[in-house]
Parts: sequence; C-alpha cells; structure tokens
Amino acid sequence: MAQTVSGILQDKDRIFTNLYGFQDWSLEGAKKRGAWNSTKDILSCGRDWIITNMKNSGMRGRGGAGFNTGLKWSFMPKEVKDRPHYLVVNADESEPGTCKDREIMRHDPQLLIEGCLIASFAMQAHTCYIYLRGEYVFERERMEAAVKQAYEAKLIGKNNIHGWDFDVYIHHGAGAYICGEETALLESLEGKKGQPRLKPPFPAGAGLYGCPTTVNNVESIAAVGTILRRGAEWFTSFGAPNNAGTKLFCISGHVERPCNVEEAMSIPFRQLIEAHCGGIRGGWGNLKAVIPGGSSVPMITAEQCEDLPMDFDSLRNLKSGLGTAAVIVMDKSTDLIRAIARLSYFYKHESCGQCTPCREGTGWMWRVMERMVTGDADPSEIDTLLEVTTQVEGHTICALGDAAAWPIQGLIRHFRHEIEDRITLYRSSRSNFAGHTLAAE
Amino acid sequence: MAVRRLAKEQPASFTFSAETLEKANWWIAKYPESRRQSAVIPVLWLVQKQEGWVSEPAITAIAKLLAMPQIRVFEVATFYTMFMLEPVGSAALIQVCGTTPCMLRGSDALMKVCKEKIGPKDKLSADGKFTWQEVECLGACTNAPMAQINDYYYEDLTPENLGQIIDDFAAGKTPKPGPYNGRHTSEPLGGATSLTDPKLYDGSAAKPVKIPNFPAPEVKA
Repeated sequence: MAQTVSGILQDKDRIFTNLYGFQDWSLEGAKKRGAWNSTKDILSCGRDWIITNMKNSGMRGRGGAGFNTGLKWSFMPKEVKDRPHYLVVNADESEPGTCKDREIMRHDPQLLIEGCLIASFAMQAHTCYIYLRGEYVFERERMEAAVKQAYEAKLIGKNNIHGWDFDVYIHHGAGAYICGEETALLESLEGKKGQPRLKPPFPAGAGLYGCPTTVNNVESIAAVGTILRRGAEWFTSFGAPNNAGTKLFCISGHVERPCNVEEAMSIPFRQLIEAHCGGIRGGWGNLKAVIPGGSSVPMITAEQCEDLPMDFDSLRNLKSGLGTAAVIVMDKSTDLIRAIARLSYFYKHESCGQCTPCREGTGWMWRVMERMVTGDADPSEIDTLLEVTTQVEGHTICALGDAAAWPIQGLIRHFRHEIEDRITLYRSSRSNFAGHTLAAE
Repeated sequence: MAVRRLAKEQPASFTFSAETLEKANWWIAKYPESRRQSAVIPVLWLVQKQEGWVSEPAITAIAKLLAMPQIRVFEVATFYTMFMLEPVGSAALIQVCGTTPCMLRGSDALMKVCKEKIGPKDKLSADGKFTWQEVECLGACTNAPMAQINDYYYEDLTPENLGQIIDDFAAGKTPKPGPYNGRHTSEPLGGATSLTDPKLYDGSAAKPVKIPNFPAPEVKA
C-alpha cells in the first residue's frame, strides 16, 4: 500500500518558518525565529558585498520571470544623482494558482520588511513601497501593523539602529491582474490606470515618478535576510545548478490535500505531491495534466510529470515554465477544454485594453474556446485558433498577450484529440449538421 | 477588458466624513508632496467603505481633494474592478472566485447557492441585503473554493457552508472568515507535513550569528 514519502528539505533549512501562522507573527515572535538577527552586520558588509552575494546565491526572481535578483539590483545607477532611488515590492499576487506571498505577508511580515531594508540599502533607496493587491485586506492590515512595530522598535525609519534612513509604505491596488506587471504596477502606484509602459526605459533608469526603481517579488525580498545570514553557498546547496534555493510551492486542484509548502527547488513533481499533498485524488494513475507554474504557463501531461524536477530549466525544456511555482493539478475527471476556456475568460477580463492584439485577441480566443467547450466548432478552427495565439504572442507591450496564448497552445499541443472528439460528438448528436461558418465572433 | 459604466441614478451630492478625510490625509502623506495623485486608489476605496459604492459626486470630490483632473479619477474608478459603481447589498457583497483553480474544486456549486438564495449575479437582491458576483482569482487557490465576503476571505467552502454563511449575514451576524474545513490556514488538511521541528521555535535562531563570507575589513565612504 501507500508508503510514506518525505520531502527533500529539512525544517532547519526552511526560510519561512511561520508559513502556516501557527506561531506569533509579531516582531517579538519573528525575532525569536531569526528575523532581524545581525541585520546591522549584513549592512556593514557594504552594498557591493550584498549584491555580489545575492548574485552568487543564484536566487532567481520568484515573481515568475526567474531573473537573477542580485543581477537586477546591479542595474541600478551606482551613484544617487538628482533623483532618489526607490524599491517597490510587487505584492499584487494575482496569477491564478498562486497564493504564497499572502502567507508571507500575513504570517512572517518582518522577514519582508527586513529584506526591504537590506535591498534598499544595497540600491541606495531610502523609500520602499509595498504594493498589495486590493483584495488582500487582512494581509494589508497585518502589514501595516508589522511596519508600525518595526518603526517603534527603530528597526526602520529616520535615525534607526541600522544607520540607513529608511521608510516603508504600504500601498494597495483595486483588483487588476495587470498591475502585477512591473510597469503597470508603477503606473498604478502613480495613481493611474494600470497600463504597462513601453520598455526601454527600464524601471532601473526611469521607474516610479521617473526615478530609478527596482521592482521585486515578495518572496524574493523576504528571503534576502536569511540568504545573507546563512550564506550564498547554503542557498545554492539546494536545487539543480542554475535553479538554486528553496521555493514556496502552491499546490491546488485535484490533489488529496492542497497546500502551500516550502521545498527545495528541483524536487521531483511526484515527490512534492506525495510528500505534502497526500497524492493525486484517486491515485497517481488518475492524473491527467498539470499546469506547473500559474495559469500563464502551458500545461504538461501526466506522462511528462513522472520524474519531472520542478525547476525553471526542466520545465522550460518541456515548453512550459516554473512561473510562480503554482501547481494546478487536474485529474481525469477534468474537462480540460473548459478549464482552459475559463482561463481564456480570465485573460479577456484582465486585458488592460492598451494593445489591439491583446484587447481584441483575448476576447476572440475566449469566444472560440467557449464554442470548443460545447463542440460547436469546425475542426479547421483548431488551427485557426492556434494561428491567432501566435499572432497575439509577442505582439504586445507586456506579457499578458503571451500569457493568454500559452494555455491554449498547451491544450492544443497535448490534447488536440479531445477538442476534435468534442466537435465530433456535437455533430453526431445532430442529424443535419449544416456546417459552421468561421465567424469572428 | 470589462465594460464598466457609472450608475444611471446618481446622488445629488457627496461629502467626506471626518473619519474618511482623516484617513485620506494619512494616505496622501505616504507619497511625495507633488504626487498626491498616488493616493487615488486608496481614497476611492475609503469612499467606497463610507458609502458602499462609488458615485459621480464622490469622483468629483476626490479629484478636488487630490488636485487631479476629474477624468483621471473617472478612469481609475472604471478601470479597477473592485470599485462598485452601483449600490451593493447592505448585509454582504459576496464575491465568489470562479477562476480555474476554484472551478476545479467546485466553485460552480457555490455560485448555484448564491443564485438560489440571492438571485441573478451582479444584481442587488430584492430585499437590498445582498449582491453577489463571480470574480477572478483572489489568490487563495490552495484554499479553493472560496469567496470574499465584504472584506475577508471565506475558504474551503462547501455549498452547505456558504448557504449557512449567507443565512448568518441575513440575520445580522458576521460569520468568522478563514477555512471552513477545519484547517488553520493553508497547511495540508489533517496536519502540517513541514515546520514541525520544535528547534525552529525555541529561540536558538535569535542567537548572534557570524555572517558567512564576511568581507575583510575595508574602509568605505
């Protein structure tokens, strides 16, 4: 019968030790778990040391793109000139499947604030804005309380004990997925519609209020203190080369026990699911497909999951991606066409409307997908749909167009036969099928 | 994109309450003096908390407060979907997440309960107490299916739970937010498979540490 499978990571090597909120979230509790320990010593090592060690740790940004965090920091101007530098933390966690930053903010907020201080010091920023998604009302209240505690303890603020004047402000959005894109987030923070900016200029040159700005994900920043305290080598000791560290995985969908868990990068998919989620609902053989990194990445099939290491490079090789490590599991009862059609609706709803291929394309793709769900389509439309996804992909200012295209491409790549079967079934139930003209609607 | 327009019937006027104004000024102080516009989303949110929704006179008043053109506030209010442009239920605004991770775990059944108990979506109920909507991913996917009711998350719901929650709101009570299947937050149901080592919490992590790779002393300006 089922044997017990354990994860790779030991508790002593976990960064987020209050992930589930069983412990005290407050400053006192966080300090007991190691937050703010020797932060002053870290700062005393100097900016270059911090950036070099972050680079050496191999931390790749946890917001989805997977760009080296230390390297990103090094793009900031070396000297502060007439414009102040800013750190902006992207806490607009909206990628379907992803719910990790929420746990950090409500249960371990001090780790995030400490990371903000270290990162800001390294980039010579005296001000940091943390942009939370508007729906996270509880998390915002918690963050405000945590920031207040940090100010009162003189850990941050003017003349704080770390010797680097530093203000943290909590900001919030109001329900726009697109504001997770860094330049849309900056627009939103400036009090405008969240429509992405053309790049260049990149935020490191002209970001918030036209000033040099770096935007980082919550998980990336919250891990900084622990990484530097324990050393870059400690962090790189987990995961495959070029995929270093520990990672928060959010496993949702058809597993026995959905959960968030911090594990070593490159943990095999099956081990991750069996150690922490009680396996696939109905047993391993009941697995049909997995969206491994949040809704924007193409799905992969059960066969591809067997020995799959969960990291950036392995998933890229399968034409998918690790994204935010939000693993959406689908068993054999799933109507995959409908699951993807629902995502198409999501992207249609969340398109900011700025670029024509995305604004029009997401609606078009959704409407066609809805017909595919019922089977009210022509088999030739599958290729037309695929063609349209490639016309949206790469032809927009930001990656939302790509994100809308990829799930559909993944579906057609692996489950084209299901769409064809659906169309056949639809036609076979009608005695006189009149043919379906390809309509733009 | 979602098409969003202001309500046809608008109130004659809007006034900031003293509390709203105080909070608004606290928000404005977070941004550089010349960047008051940055506070527009938080201030719209405060106004929505005060009135229940965002009206045209409120938009005009916010534009004045933040010294920005009215059209810019209008743009923001219609772009961001958390701003309600029509009055909503007095007891509860129920926003059921319908995106794929919740759909896989049964959000259809939750929406059916809402439809039966409250009526069609996006419409104020006959008694004026409830509005329900299907919204996009709320970021609590390991606790699916879930709904945001007024400000907080109600997670791991079944149709029965949600029915009870709606009844409680109708009776003037405020049911407790959080998971409804007995777990604490997002740990695996039945007990955490990690973070069980007591040494993590005995204070040993707070003892002074020697920073690895500590650089050789070097004087830097």
